[in-house]
Amino acid sequence: MHDPGPVSLRPALVAGEGLAAGYGAQIVLRDVTFAARAGERVAVLGPNGGGKTTLFRVLTGELAPRLGTVLRPARCGVVPQTERSRLDFPVSALDVAAMGAISRLPWWRRPGRRERAQALEALDAIGLADQARATFGDLSGGQRQRVLVARALVQDADVVLLDEPFTGLDSVSAERLEQLLVRLAGEGRALLIATHDVDQARRWDVVLCLNGRQVAFGAPAETLTLDVLEETYGADLVTVHHHHHDERGAD
Amino acid sequence: MLHALADPWSEPIMRRAFAEVVLLGIAGGALGCWVLFYNLSYSAESLAHSLLPGLVAAALLGLPLLLGGAVGIVVAAVAVAVVARTPAVGRDTAVAVVVTGLFGLGVLLALSPAVPAGLGELLFGDVLGVSDSDLLFAALLVAVVVGALALLHGRLLVVGFDRTSARGLGVAPALVDTALLVLLALAVLVAVQGLGNLLVVAVLIAPAATARLLTRRMGTMLVVAAAVAIVAAMGGLYLSYYAGTAAGASIAGVLVATYPVAAAARGLIPARRRSAAA
Repeated sequence: MHDPGPVSLRPALVAGEGLAAGYGAQIVLRDVTFAARAGERVAVLGPNGGGKTTLFRVLTGELAPRLGTVLRPARCGVVPQTERSRLDFPVSALDVAAMGAISRLPWWRRPGRRERAQALEALDAIGLADQARATFGDLSGGQRQRVLVARALVQDADVVLLDEPFTGLDSVSAERLEQLLVRLAGEGRALLIATHDVDQARRWDVVLCLNGRQVAFGAPAETLTLDVLEETYGADLVTVHHHHHDERGAD
Repeated sequence: MLHALADPWSEPIMRRAFAEVVLLGIAGGALGCWVLFYNLSYSAESLAHSLLPGLVAAALLGLPLLLGGAVGIVVAAVAVAVVARTPAVGRDTAVAVVVTGLFGLGVLLALSPAVPAGLGELLFGDVLGVSDSDLLFAALLVAVVVGALALLHGRLLVVGFDRTSARGLGVAPALVDTALLVLLALAVLVAVQGLGNLLVVAVLIAPAATARLLTRRMGTMLVVAAAVAIVAAMGGLYLSYYAGTAAGASIAGVLVATYPVAAAARGLIPARRRSAAA
């Protein structure tokens, strides 16, 4: 991708204005107003049940907002927690990466030679070309996360939503994934990364704090104050903060 | 030995039965792989059982069994949808209540002296008595199921593998689920004519479960499941011919027996060789 200029001048690729969403009669997320521009990495912080997954479901179009407006990307890549995909499913890493091409194909076509070549390229880009034929469920947690990122690359998604991608990864795998995300953002994509890791969120460009509603949105340095974190995590934060002042994991 | 192998097929009735089970094996084996991975095994059994009153009513009224079965499936689907909407009744409970109720109603009707075909024939099928129209419907079923599965393969993979991300990839899970359920209903409807109400599930589940043990890719699994179904059906017909057992039950028994045999064989083959082969 060519250099699109300073981030602050770029148009938003994904945004919400006064969003509220829920299930049945229950509203589980309200008052969300944010925007993510090309090249921005947005940390979505919040406790379990705070609305991170609900927000992602609104952004992919799976869930209609109850209130407010949403700017959805044309191609929205999703990198779920790998435990949510079926690890017993008989597919290779290449099959999974090639699934990213499905939205470009008419309904009666499956990914063919061309799409599989693109998938192999994407696996190469994330350093897993040698595992293309491996069964997805046999890969390590970190490798599976990267294969799902490759699927988003094949999708040519300009916005990628990552649902707690670092959960369960060892430090080497986490480091490798973090470098990959830096590179994806550098190529002009907007990344929304749901996480519990406050330290990591400080290294991203923007942070969106959710706890049933939007608590804060802005640059980490100004946004991640003790007040905001306490409002976001409540008692959970106090417990962790007390024992591990600088440790990750506000949950 | 060769004589013993060829002997059963000298009879037209056995050749027709074999043609029927080959066709049902291809459709059931391939479809069964998706039924397994979409956790629809219980639905398959429920669909088969719930169409019994329709079959019996058709027999009582002198109508084609296929028509009765089709009406039975629609009635069951509507009943499940209605009961599932009742507060405090979950979907599983609704299916259990409706299917048990319909199956009981079917048995009650079948015990009526006016029913021309016996209850046994409706429950266990009559694979040795398949008609030309049964064969024609089975051939049509194969064309529809294999064609639809080939066209939908990419989307079935996407939804089956990762339902939560499917919409983001441009695939609507509800449409894929519906297409699969329609194919399943069609397969049950046609296969129940030959294998009966109770045994039809065997051809949908057993070959797929066996193929799952032996393969590591969906495409291979579909082919292996169909092959397992055909070979087991042939074995069941041999068993029936030489042991004098009921043909449908023999086929179902051999179909199910492939699973422990494959599991034992799998245990004997080192994992490394297995993954290289599949």
